[in-house]
Amino acid sequence: MNDMRPLERAVETKEIKFECRDCQVYYGDTHAIKDVNVDIEDKTVTAFIGPSGCGKSTFLRCLNRMNDTIDIARVEGSFLLDGENIYDKRVDPVQLRAKVGMVFQKPNPFPKSIYDNIAYGPRIHGLAKNKAELDEIVEKSLRRGAIWNEVKDRLDAPGTGLSGGQQQRLCIARAVATEPEVLLMDEPCSALDPIATAQVEELIDELRESYSVVIVTHSMQQAARVSQKTAFFHLGNLVEFGETGQIFTNPKDPRTESYITGRIG
Amino acid sequence: MDRKEQHIARAFDRDLEALQAHIMKMGGLVEDAILKAAEALATRDEEVAERVRQDDRAIDELEAMIMEEAALTIAERQPMASDLRTVLAVIKIAGNLERIGDYAKNMAKRTSVLVQMRPIEDGGNSTRRMAKLVEVMLKDALDAFVQRDPELAEDVRQRDLEVDQMYNSLFRNFLTYMMEDPRNITACMHLHFIAKNIERMGDHVTAVAEQVIYLTTGTMPDENRPKADRTAMETHGQG
Repeated sequence: MNDMRPLERAVETKEIKFECRDCQVYYGDTHAIKDVNVDIEDKTVTAFIGPSGCGKSTFLRCLNRMNDTIDIARVEGSFLLDGENIYDKRVDPVQLRAKVGMVFQKPNPFPKSIYDNIAYGPRIHGLAKNKAELDEIVEKSLRRGAIWNEVKDRLDAPGTGLSGGQQQRLCIARAVATEPEVLLMDEPCSALDPIATAQVEELIDELRESYSVVIVTHSMQQAARVSQKTAFFHLGNLVEFGETGQIFTNPKDPRTESYITGRIG
Repeated sequence: MDRKEQHIARAFDRDLEALQAHIMKMGGLVEDAILKAAEALATRDEEVAERVRQDDRAIDELEAMIMEEAALTIAERQPMASDLRTVLAVIKIAGNLERIGDYAKNMAKRTSVLVQMRPIEDGGNSTRRMAKLVEVMLKDALDAFVQRDPELAEDVRQRDLEVDQMYNSLFRNFLTYMMEDPRNITACMHLHFIAKNIERMGDHVTAVAEQVIYLTTGTMPDENRPKADRTAMETHGQG
């Protein structure tokens, strides 16, 4: 019977993967993220929605320290991944990004073969002892990326020769190759056609079995379709965070209501 | 109609307003049908009864139009939150109004038969009072819909108790007339069905009021509404 109640499917409380407290981000003098507190659950898809410039991507990029690469960005607060602060001096950002993978808006395969696109991460992190193990990782990752059947006969072909939707699934396969625990996706479907979008969404739903997925999306329908939890950001504040079904049928905050119904907020 | 700020896509506002305007138009026709059907019965006016039967077609057509518009709105706009609840409420309210219209039409049909028979004392007038009560409830439920007023909707919901009580008392009266004189049975059976129709109209009006509560608050009201239709449990005049 549970399957017949769509709003309630799979929203049972899961373990907390990311515990974020009093998070602030400044770009120079601009206060881009203000006092954000959020718990991101394991084996759950969490969607970040909000108008352009609301801070959702900035916050997503905090979760694997991508903001470290921006000189004027300053991050404060605690970001606990399984209880450990990822901004601790002892944490190596490269190791962290193997654990917290990322997929971007525009598919960005390396200008290498399909095989090497996937093998790159496992090689630099020393995840395979020999060629046979590496082959295995490549196949497993391409299968998880739901693209194995389409590329298995041309692993030596360049990754850039694939269609946009295939490239994006290749990038997802590349992200899962390092056995991450969290997968961050920054508008992963906005450059894809509806069919490729549906394939990626189906993939996200499968990935939820193994990972904690955080997705930033401008498509409200996509957030409603793929996520179990939704966070609405506005002007750098986390306005509302709750179960996706509730956010899209009966949001509590008038700003959430204005935004998701397409009114001037 | 909605007192909120406007959508960025103005056409979406116009779509939602058109849907709600059609509900109000349909509601007006249904209110009219209730009053006219009750009037035809009380005054034994076959012509008015016939007009009620004819006019039901317009109500059915409006319902079909509202369903089509609602489907288009969902397909084109993918409404969310209160917009989604508005479209869902409109669909359900249109269904309830269509049913009420059918009951009014059935009253008119039975009236056409009843005018051929000996009148039953007070039968027409007491059903007319009951119908008037339901019509006022429907008017208030539709006002609550336009004004997004959950308190008025809750008040309508509570008033269904009076309709149930009137139905109970009419049920007993008709039973008494039938026991007094078996020649009354056919007419009283028709009158009883008419009273039952009005009682069912009250339930549909209550459902409209509940949709208004869902639309405005986001949750359906609890099922703890007073109910007084006990006729299903009673054994009248037995033994």
